[in-house]
Amino acid sequence: MALLRRAGIFLLTLAIASLVVFAFMAVLPGDPAQVALGVNATPELLAQTRHAFGIDRPLPVQYLDWIGGLFTGDFGRSYVTGDAIGPQLLDRFEVTLWLVGAATVVAVLVAIPLGTLAAAKHRTASGTVVSGLSQLGAAVPAFLAGIVLVEIFAVSLHILPSGGWTPPDADPVAFLKGLVLPALSLGLVQAAVLTRYVRSAVLDVLREDYLRTARAKGLKPTQALVRHGLRNAAVPVVTVLGLQLATLLIGAVVVERVFVIPGLGSMLLDAVGSRDLIVVQDVVMVLVAAVLVVNLLVDVLYTVVDPRLRRAR
Amino acid sequence: MTVLRALLALTLVAALAGCSAGSTAYSSPSADSITIGASAAPANLDFTHTDGAAIPQALLDNVYQGLVRLDANGAIVPQLATSWTVSPDRRTYDFQLRTGVTFTDGEPFTADAVKFSIDRVHTDWTISLKSQMDVVDHVEVVDPAHAHVVLKQPSNGWLFSMTGRVGAMFAPGGVRQLATTPIGTGPYQLDRFNRGDSLVLKANPGYWGPKPAYRRVVLKYFQDPTALNNALLSNGIDVISSVQAPDSLAQFASDERFTTIQGTTTAEVVLSFNNAVAPLNDKRVRQALTYGIDRKALLDTAWAGKGLLIGSMVPPSDPWYEDLSTVYPYDPAKARQLLADAGHQHLTLRLRIPNLPYAVDSAQVIRSQLAAIGVTVTIEELDFPAVWLKQVFTGHDFDMSIVAHVEARDIATFGNPKYYWGYRNPAVTQLLAEADAGTPQQQIADMKQVARTINADAAADWLFLLPNLIVAKKGITGLPPNQVGEAFDLSALGRS
Repeated sequence: MALLRRAGIFLLTLAIASLVVFAFMAVLPGDPAQVALGVNATPELLAQTRHAFGIDRPLPVQYLDWIGGLFTGDFGRSYVTGDAIGPQLLDRFEVTLWLVGAATVVAVLVAIPLGTLAAAKHRTASGTVVSGLSQLGAAVPAFLAGIVLVEIFAVSLHILPSGGWTPPDADPVAFLKGLVLPALSLGLVQAAVLTRYVRSAVLDVLREDYLRTARAKGLKPTQALVRHGLRNAAVPVVTVLGLQLATLLIGAVVVERVFVIPGLGSMLLDAVGSRDLIVVQDVVMVLVAAVLVVNLLVDVLYTVVDPRLRRAR
Repeated sequence: MTVLRALLALTLVAALAGCSAGSTAYSSPSADSITIGASAAPANLDFTHTDGAAIPQALLDNVYQGLVRLDANGAIVPQLATSWTVSPDRRTYDFQLRTGVTFTDGEPFTADAVKFSIDRVHTDWTISLKSQMDVVDHVEVVDPAHAHVVLKQPSNGWLFSMTGRVGAMFAPGGVRQLATTPIGTGPYQLDRFNRGDSLVLKANPGYWGPKPAYRRVVLKYFQDPTALNNALLSNGIDVISSVQAPDSLAQFASDERFTTIQGTTTAEVVLSFNNAVAPLNDKRVRQALTYGIDRKALLDTAWAGKGLLIGSMVPPSDPWYEDLSTVYPYDPAKARQLLADAGHQHLTLRLRIPNLPYAVDSAQVIRSQLAAIGVTVTIEELDFPAVWLKQVFTGHDFDMSIVAHVEARDIATFGNPKYYWGYRNPAVTQLLAEADAGTPQQQIADMKQVARTINADAAADWLFLLPNLIVAKKGITGLPPNQVGEAFDLSALGRS
């Protein structure tokens, strides 16, 4: 029952998002045919091209055609290149997934130890420094972090590339080298946000009765925290992680431009510039769907992490 | 640790996605390979169906060749034709073809390929430039090394067009997959195309001409000028083919790893006037604005002083170039006088510009300089290309605009009264037609006359000519200094 309701909400949200996206594209000034043909276009050629694109049809027909295609896995053809969009979208999504995945790993690897430290030592200087730094870090936009990292590690020290993308199966070393800076600039900012949540979650757990019991049984504070506390602290942290994945996807759009990475973000910005509206629609829908799927996964993860929630359902 | 397990799963999902999708390969850099950074990425490799400068820039002269090409100084020179003659009525071109040339699919290049390629522009091309071939009546194959092209009427412009993409020679059996598999006769052939990222060319082993010095050329694309600069500074690339932010040149000039090359382009940055409607349909007003703008000061602000003041729609690489930049010296008093003569004490004009750096910077200078002669300028930035094309270019809804007109020999647009600047002068239209039909000597004389006439009419204010700015690592030779045609010729690249 709950699952059905979830699926219903999922589909409804997608439907509303598709309408909004389509409406935005429809009112966006600029004629895709004119942009595609450039300054030498004749009126006849313009009309021909509009017809070829299908943008001379009524808007509801265009919308239904697009949505119908999505249901059958047909993402349409690019106005600019005439190519099928689906395969390209997959390629680009793969790149963005690598970026977001690596950034998440960075965020978690940094935030869990730091956040735990800040909580366990919240009355000491080191704890205060960590929470102060995390406040500061959370305020930095990812692209700014990217520009600073490039300046240091690429332009000055020449130890990492300033941008570009090498697929993992082509050259794993070049792939990893290229992934470091973008993953850090996305991941460190997220780590700062996440550290604060880890800290408060661990702090909450430290005040729980069962931890006091554990310590009364003779465990040292650290042992008690690791054996009994962290698992319980994980529930709110996983929630935040899920919510952050959405912002990571959005952040990736900008960071991809800074680092010249051919992911969904670059695809989106290029398509907006050339008024390749159908590509814009497709990319935005994929992003929306990805965010919704992540939210769904977070809900499922809750029950995995915290068996009490499983029983409650 | 369930959290860890969840993370592992997430990484695994990403990893699986990675393995499934088709991927691309790079070679590690070596002495045999050179990487060139460029700013506009091709969407695919088929310039017969997809417009834009990026595809011909990468493929023309490198992968595809024509009968004729433009050399670095803008002269038409032989490529796949060894020579040609023009009939006395200037309608028939008789091309002697290079023999022993093969396409990379093994087909020989003969007069049949010439006929096939020219005919195909009519039948299969969809981009608007295909109209450059409308003047061709028919092509005759005399023998494999000999082709006649018969025009409907004489046209010097046609032979010039043949140096561009419409003149590219295709193998009759090699046009099935132009978007991914270009087949030509040039020094290079396609190795890989990584869409949105890079284009890798490798030496064509069967090339008829001298072997290129680099076995592999990677063209790497950067939308963001800062990212492009950083790539060179951090050794990610070896050359910036065209610097888009001249202010950044200083950091390369002070670094002894690099050299900077400054050449010319055919991109006139034009302050266009809407000649068709009041108040700019009054020549005195247009002249007043032209006297009222200090173009030297503007060039310093908008393009770091790099570039050339030209004064008309002609770059120095055209045979009819004359320096007309001093006809309207900066003279605010004269400008005010002309405005008063035209009956305007105060004038308010809409300057509707594309949201491009050179246009935005120029517009600010123009607004403050014209304020000094009593003209109030309101600046409106429009999203380029989409909104600017629709409202200014197609809709003619503007008083003034600023755009770089990059196409070669685009002075001909002043002969078209429907073009967005609405300039109507039958004498100019007539001269352009005569220039196209006449001998090369007549063409030069007539075109000079056209340039002088539109300058005298102040049909627009030619702010400056964009320079071609290349930054390269020291020791790289043979980069084409001027961007005068559609190609970025890689064939002369070398090492010192």
